[in-house]
Amino acid sequence: MAASLTPAEILNSSDERRVGATPLVTLTLRIRRFNPQVSEEPWWDEFTIQVDPYERLVEALHQVKWHHDGTLTFRRSCAHGICGSDAMVINGRNALACKILVKDVAPKVTIEPIRGLAVLKDLIVDMEPFFDGYRAVLPYLVNDEETERERVQTPQERERYDDTTKCILCAACTTSCPIFWSDETYIGPAAIVNAHRFIFDSRDRAPRERLGILSEKTGVFRCRTTFNCTDACPRGIEVTKAIQEVKRAVLFDRP
Amino acid sequence: MTITHTYDAVIVGAGGAGLRAAIEASGRVDTAVISKLYPTRSHTGAAQGGVCAALGNVEEDYPEWHAFDTVKGGDYLVDQPAAQILTEEAVDAIYELERMGLPFNRTPEGLIDQRRFGGHTANHGERAVKRACYAADRTGHMILQTLYQQCVKRDVRFFNEFYCLDLLLADDGRTAGVVAYELATGELHVFRAKSVLFATGGYGRMFRVSSNAHALTGDGLSVTFRRGIPLEDMEFFQFHPTGLYRLGVLLSEGARGEGAVIRNRDGERFMERYAPTIKDLAPRDVVSRSIYQEIKEGRGLGPRGDYVLLDLTHLDPRVLEEKLPDITEFARVYLQVEPTTEPVPIQPTAHYAMGGIPTDVHARVVTGSEETPVPGLYAAGECACVSVHGANRLGTNSLLDIVVFGRRGGDDMARHCEETDLPALPVEATTQTLDLLDGILTRQTGDNVADIRAELQDSMFDLAFVVRSEESLAKMGELVGSLRERYDRIAITDKGTVYNTDLMEAVEVGFLLDCAATLVAAAAARDESRGAHYREDHPLRDDANWLKHSLAYRNDDGSIRLDSKPVQMGPYVPMERKY
Repeated sequence: MAASLTPAEILNSSDERRVGATPLVTLTLRIRRFNPQVSEEPWWDEFTIQVDPYERLVEALHQVKWHHDGTLTFRRSCAHGICGSDAMVINGRNALACKILVKDVAPKVTIEPIRGLAVLKDLIVDMEPFFDGYRAVLPYLVNDEETERERVQTPQERERYDDTTKCILCAACTTSCPIFWSDETYIGPAAIVNAHRFIFDSRDRAPRERLGILSEKTGVFRCRTTFNCTDACPRGIEVTKAIQEVKRAVLFDRP
Repeated sequence: MTITHTYDAVIVGAGGAGLRAAIEASGRVDTAVISKLYPTRSHTGAAQGGVCAALGNVEEDYPEWHAFDTVKGGDYLVDQPAAQILTEEAVDAIYELERMGLPFNRTPEGLIDQRRFGGHTANHGERAVKRACYAADRTGHMILQTLYQQCVKRDVRFFNEFYCLDLLLADDGRTAGVVAYELATGELHVFRAKSVLFATGGYGRMFRVSSNAHALTGDGLSVTFRRGIPLEDMEFFQFHPTGLYRLGVLLSEGARGEGAVIRNRDGERFMERYAPTIKDLAPRDVVSRSIYQEIKEGRGLGPRGDYVLLDLTHLDPRVLEEKLPDITEFARVYLQVEPTTEPVPIQPTAHYAMGGIPTDVHARVVTGSEETPVPGLYAAGECACVSVHGANRLGTNSLLDIVVFGRRGGDDMARHCEETDLPALPVEATTQTLDLLDGILTRQTGDNVADIRAELQDSMFDLAFVVRSEESLAKMGELVGSLRERYDRIAITDKGTVYNTDLMEAVEVGFLLDCAATLVAAAAARDESRGAHYREDHPLRDDANWLKHSLAYRNDDGSIRLDSKPVQMGPYVPMERKY
């Protein structure tokens, strides 16, 4: 099949679709700002820049920071959707700024910090409560059985928890959840996703302990199945489905 | 105000190497991990294709074959005893990761599955071998998550979003601690310690097209370099052949391991000409140079003729979905290309530093040609140079490096802590750091940091990338000098103390300039071609003069002094490198 690729087909492929190939566009970024050393109240700023339509939104933010206002502050690192640093509310929806292309939001985009966690400066929020929830579900394999080589796990057993191993702890799901906004003691979707990853791992020996933690009043039954979390996940994890599976496991007291 | 902490062991960096060291040390001595990112944001998580070990689960394989491939892949600049340790300990390291819970893909029998990877061969180069253990194309993500999970289980103490800005050495030469800047508050922290391990990763952000995270600015290398520790083999920087065009986002070599091929504008699978035996699975330096040659001879694509294509269209779509889902999505999201039906535009991307802080096989930092240890000082992972990667690292060996030498470093630093007392701090421990920060903060007008960084990245990409020459490196050397002069006059906007990333980015550009200066100096001196360092004016390897590691020291006036040390040889005699 590969041999049938003609040079003409290759040359005709997609040249206009990528960064550097098309003229710059105008983008106005409306950004919710906060700096406790400037004001107790948040405010809005607007910046209008010229930017490549196929560039990532996080690079548009960099352009503002590097050439217009060095005080604009946000977290980022890998810039391709793997490190989980740059979850933001973009036009009202949670997303990673490095997985949104400018062309999909131009000419104007509104950017706010993710909700339900205290804003510390601009788009930076306090991640500690989020990680507290994660740490509460025993997010590690429990199994002290001695083995000489690897443990055996069939591809089917491995597949059972594949989806929830993709989590990058960006908090896009948890901070999209209306229950979490109104009740910060709710452990939140991301913690349940990470519990799921172990509860359904055939090698784990502590599913009951995790199910016990998740059956508490801060746990999985707070979920009202609004599916915001599934929509928000930049890794495509079926978060709500995972939560439902954990609910069922709690009810039957086994994975 | 300065806050002082005291620990036995301080680990700087929370990627794979730092976390693995922390797991080892924290059970035995009082340990803290300082990281400028939340640990799970570390760039280990971006590694994709696999981690090699001769488990022999799918095909016959032996650690000795792996060692040979590592030495040959590194163009014989590898310290062979270190490569033997790496490849022999690989097997147990993989079993250990599995026992920690890492969700490897499995064979039908339920063992860890393995696939092909560049430069990994059976029986000393006969054919490609299935050696790479993997978890879809997110192996690094799973290693980072698994190691972090183990740290949570052990209640390891983390200081997140703390930037290490200085290394403290006692008057008697022993390691006494580090100085760190807390991003949230702008406060300086002195961490006193008996031992310090740097695991701060690479510096790929000095190039315009890079697979590296924004955070990869050579911090640990520069901090130690400024305190008189040399940097080893800085001229050897790996350019990965398959980065997304212009963006540099990595497309795993695992794609070619699963059967993808690279094509030029004629649709030709050109690697058949450059590496007749293993073709597209030749090591990265060979493939990147071949791409450069195709582009130079007019067989690239696009308006500028500056890219080639990674063709996955002949693979079963289920392979993409199950074994390569992330890179499939990268092509869709960032280049708007559908990899099941269209080839993906690619070009070489700055990927990995083979060089770094010189260490022995216990991750102890060593200086000089006699390899004298600096008491209490350690380095592991990409920021270190053991050297197991020599002049060109094989794919998957970086993930192996971090778990094998992270563990060894954590173990030896715990031993060291048990045997020694806490060194006295040098007087004025924070003076150098305060001078650095005040210099940037107090200037009201000056050069723009981002302009300096962009010029560095553009010129390094043009002059010190896949192909270099005496002329290009001389020009780059002058440019680095002028950029440094401008750097000394920078001014920033944010003068605050709360999450001042403006300030930290400025500091990071200073780190990058140190790394660039040493890279260019060492590359200009090495008038031969070896591994990833290709000089078009000296296209052949010159073992008579250059079978040795370079060492770059910082003189007091900021200039660089070059030295060298011998390669530790072993069973493998250098021969012509063909694939």
